Amino acid sequence: MSETFPTSFEGPACPLPLAHHEQIVMGHGSGGRMTQDLIRRVFYPRLASEPLSAGNDFARLSLPDEANLAGTLVVSTDSHIVTPLFFPGGDIGRLAVCGTVNDISMAGAIPLYLTAGFILEEGLPVETLERVAASMQAAAREAGVQFVAGDTKVAERGKVDGLYINTSGVGWVPAGRSIGGEGAQAGDAVLISGTLGDHGIAVLQARGELGFETRVQSDVAPLNGLIQQVLAAAPHVHVLRDPTRGGLATTLNEIAAQSRVGIWLEEEAVPVLPAVQAACEMLGFDPLYIANEGKVIVIVPEAEAEAALAAMRGHPYGQNAARIGTVRADPPGRVLMRTLIGGTRVLDVLTGEMLPRIC
Amino acid sequence: MRFVTEFRDAELVRGVIDEIRRTVTRPWVLMEICGGQTHAIMRYGLDQLLPPEIELVHGPGCPVCVTPLEQIDRALAIAARPEVIFCSFGDMLRVPGSQHDLFSMRARGAQVRVVYSPLDAVKLAQENPDKQVVFFAIGFETTAPPNVMSVLQAQALGLKNYSVLVSHVRVPPAMHAILGAPGNRVQGFLAAGHVCTVMGYHEYPPIAQQYGVPVAVTGFEPLDLAQGILLTVRMLEKGQVEVQNAYPRAVTYEGNRAAQAIIHKVLQPIDRNWRGIGLIPQSGWGLRPEFSDFDAEKRFDVGHIQTQESPVCIAGQILQGFKKPNQCPAFGTTCKPEHPLGAPMVSAEGACSAFYRYGR
Repeated sequence: MSETFPTSFEGPACPLPLAHHEQIVMGHGSGGRMTQDLIRRVFYPRLASEPLSAGNDFARLSLPDEANLAGTLVVSTDSHIVTPLFFPGGDIGRLAVCGTVNDISMAGAIPLYLTAGFILEEGLPVETLERVAASMQAAAREAGVQFVAGDTKVAERGKVDGLYINTSGVGWVPAGRSIGGEGAQAGDAVLISGTLGDHGIAVLQARGELGFETRVQSDVAPLNGLIQQVLAAAPHVHVLRDPTRGGLATTLNEIAAQSRVGIWLEEEAVPVLPAVQAACEMLGFDPLYIANEGKVIVIVPEAEAEAALAAMRGHPYGQNAARIGTVRADPPGRVLMRTLIGGTRVLDVLTGEMLPRIC
Repeated sequence: MRFVTEFRDAELVRGVIDEIRRTVTRPWVLMEICGGQTHAIMRYGLDQLLPPEIELVHGPGCPVCVTPLEQIDRALAIAARPEVIFCSFGDMLRVPGSQHDLFSMRARGAQVRVVYSPLDAVKLAQENPDKQVVFFAIGFETTAPPNVMSVLQAQALGLKNYSVLVSHVRVPPAMHAILGAPGNRVQGFLAAGHVCTVMGYHEYPPIAQQYGVPVAVTGFEPLDLAQGILLTVRMLEKGQVEVQNAYPRAVTYEGNRAAQAIIHKVLQPIDRNWRGIGLIPQSGWGLRPEFSDFDAEKRFDVGHIQTQESPVCIAGQILQGFKKPNQCPAFGTTCKPEHPLGAPMVSAEGACSAFYRYGR
């Protein structure tokens, strides 16, 4: 009919499927060719390891040589949801690596292997995923851990907020090391590796709802290096714990309950950045209840307290480390704080979501 | 941090407390009006440092606490409507109505947003022309200026999809109610510094004179509070009935005239129920008739909703200073911040919550 219609062809031709290299579509979670393509293009170049490249549905892992099959394994898992995906000082990828590396490190373990599960929202730019994967690569390299297994699923647009990441990790605890929340004893010193509340305020700021600006950066960081340095200087550390959600106050309450001891803090000694303090003053928040992603509470016998503190201060992530309190026998299960003006207050656990106050 | 650190200075606070100790010769009952003051007192343990002659009772100045139950039920009814984006300050989300709270409404699919400023709600209305945006305008004189500003802003922008559910309350009528109640124990007042920043303190001398009760306008840091207590105790010991200003860095006698002008342009005094206390004549503010287009109660026809309080909760007696939170049988047992029976356990400023958090 029309002269522009092709006059000859070799056979019926179907339109080629689009490659969808720019944004995530449902097919990327199908388990078929598109999934493989995404893994090959985005994840392998950044997160590859020998077990991952073997292409099995499992990863075969070995203990470090010095383990000699002695010691114990620790495992931990954590899912990460954060809005926005990128914030000053970090992003969801760095958070997902550091969160699990740190949880494992709190046993005094050497983190070895990580797995990552991604739940992606249909429509997520592939470029965003690439940036997140690159950030995970950098954090994993810094922490000295390998990605050994992964999974990707895609959910319909609107059912996921961009991207969720679950990471699980395995670490090795050398024989003879026993560190845990149940270990605090009366007379121990309570140390913190740096300023409190940076992460929570940085993320809140990045949401752009505050109506004022701060230059606070998230503290998200892998703490295994700092912790190994502390353990070398103070081998009898009783408790390591990272005060993430719920902040320092909630985490210390967990430890006080597990160890059946009283924890007494000195408000004056608790390090808080002036910008974080100012944001908290305006919002009616308490920095002791705000999340941290790169801080560790160290509870250590008095005799090793100074050595532990010096070791922390000698590490880039521990420069503002401080001694903030003491463990006592009483009152068991409670955290108390001597206030700036010399009164005493109870520090309770955080109830639900932290809410900005009215006026 | 300037204007904060120096007002938390232990030495200075101790100096003022020593002066209180030297001044006081017999027992006095003082009431701090504002929930923010209650929290600062508990948070710093200031009450533990005062001489035993001074008893602090906690006043009704927590905006979340005194918002009447029926107003919360009205908020919940409005928030449940599919066309509504319901905006509120954060504290209000956990306050229990007779059945639910705004948090659980959100979990059921209602669009409930926390805003930091009422102007954010106006912006939402601009961005969502197909939705009805409602702002829960609660609070004392302190939050009234920004809240009415949102109405003026919406009017200037010609927005037809913005309205406010008003539950504003005023301090002076509450002081009358407390001082005039049979069995009143309050002998001196620490007036709420931030309310006075807006309103000044010219409303208080007649109240002080009528009931023979001295008043000190007081701020929120430990040193401010200690100073307010000192001024009040000095007046009490000398038999002076005056209003003195212990917060002059923020408060003037006249207050913020511009803020007062916009309040009076948009709002007028009305009778208002206070949760746990009951009706206090002329104690609230409602929208003036010329702004009734912005009245969410009318727009969504929820004015008929009336509700009864929980019989166990003694919030009313606490908010009037008759009882302390730990004298309530439900305190810390059936009533906790995660399951509040009454509003003073909910807000960061509520007296029961302050007791539970810092003092148990």
